Amino acid sequence: MINKVFETFEEAVKDVPDGAVIMVGNFAGPGGTPFYLIQALRKQGAKNLTIVANTAGGIGLTLDYDDHRILFENKQVKKVIASFPFSTSASRPSVAEKQILSGEVELEIVPQGTLSERIRAGGAGIPAFYTPTGAGTVIEKGKEVRVFDDRPCLLERALKADYAFVRAFKADLMGNLVYRGTQRQFNPIMAIAARTTIAEVDRIVDAGELDPESVITPGIYVKRIVKVKEDPGFPRHLERNFQVRRVQ
Amino acid sequence: MKERLSREAMAMRIAKELFDGAVVNLGIGIPTLVSSFVPEGMTVIYHTENGALGFGPVVTAEDMKEKADIDLVNASGQYVTPQAGMCFFHHADSFTMIRGGHIDMTVLGVLQVSEKGDLANWMFPGRGVGNIGGGMDLAFNAKRVIAATEHTTKDGKPKIVKTCSVALTAPECVDLIVTDIAVIEVKDKRLWLRELAPGWTVDEVQALTEPTLRVAPDLKDIELL
Repeated sequence: MINKVFETFEEAVKDVPDGAVIMVGNFAGPGGTPFYLIQALRKQGAKNLTIVANTAGGIGLTLDYDDHRILFENKQVKKVIASFPFSTSASRPSVAEKQILSGEVELEIVPQGTLSERIRAGGAGIPAFYTPTGAGTVIEKGKEVRVFDDRPCLLERALKADYAFVRAFKADLMGNLVYRGTQRQFNPIMAIAARTTIAEVDRIVDAGELDPESVITPGIYVKRIVKVKEDPGFPRHLERNFQVRRVQ
Repeated sequence: MKERLSREAMAMRIAKELFDGAVVNLGIGIPTLVSSFVPEGMTVIYHTENGALGFGPVVTAEDMKEKADIDLVNASGQYVTPQAGMCFFHHADSFTMIRGGHIDMTVLGVLQVSEKGDLANWMFPGRGVGNIGGGMDLAFNAKRVIAATEHTTKDGKPKIVKTCSVALTAPECVDLIVTDIAVIEVKDKRLWLRELAPGWTVDEVQALTEPTLRVAPDLKDIELL
């Protein structure tokens, strides 16, 4: 019988090697970010990581809590592939910004739609695709350009990862996932694009307890499931919002 | 000094471009304000990059404790409210809507816009870095791109220029420019001055605009209602 449930976040990330490519679900706020997996990876200490995520952590909206910014702080990252890598606040630059500008961390900046489609394509077995987005801008540099239907398009390569850290609302024991609201964002596409997908969830239920019609991420994509403990304790300043969330 | 339109007044003018059933994505800043001025009885379906359609207004400061939900935010990270008929989807589906031409209109902020309608808005001025986010996909692919901007920079330089000097978001993408002194249409790679803020003349607007403006035959004052 398969058992995907891990008791601790530490165990779930124990085998992440140095140099791994890791996709991390995240957007413009705390919702949908796998905080505990990130925290466990920080403790675990794997280095020279490539992080694929919408941001490089610690952007203006998230400066006050511990997202993947802590991996940059701990000098575990060598490259980041992101669409929104910098803090919106000039007076409060993120750790990643300093590391990117000093050359310590390499940045590949990607338009958000291209980033999400590269991830989806990675999971879907499509090695590359053409998109009009970015033609005639700095994004075009070094890429094949081909005209389709009178529009210049760029050839973009798929992205795959060794691990995906995803945040979901509920998992069943098969690994099927459902999400809550805008928590979903990059999580379902990252779940399909990694060799080992680890889901951080609020609840784990028996097989049969999720409506099969409502499953967003089919369980075969999810190798490990870890449940968030009842009292998260952080994100610190958002405790009240967590309470709003918990009554659901 | 002549009076310029407030940010709210600019948003009111942009709201006049909305239509019933429009699928709309609003950028950060002045664009966000547009949602406050939707005419009564009109249904506008808001799209956000992080995977929601048809959500309600932003949660106000006084309602924060009761209504803020970290799993219901817009692309600016603002808490928004649920609304009947709203739906959620993942990021690749969200950009399927954008890239696939299913977004009727987007309103974006501006660093510079050129006479051909090239838009530059993703680099932070003076910081040497920038965030592309979802803006590039929107600028390239939304059916209609409205640029919302003060007519000049803080130190009085034109933001409507012959050629953009900062990194482009998308070439030849802007359809309409709404500023605090004028409404300008981009048509056939030329700028057509269509509306003036009350009290402003064509010459005064031209003096603050780098490329030559053509004056629309039906030039009129900006009407907000």
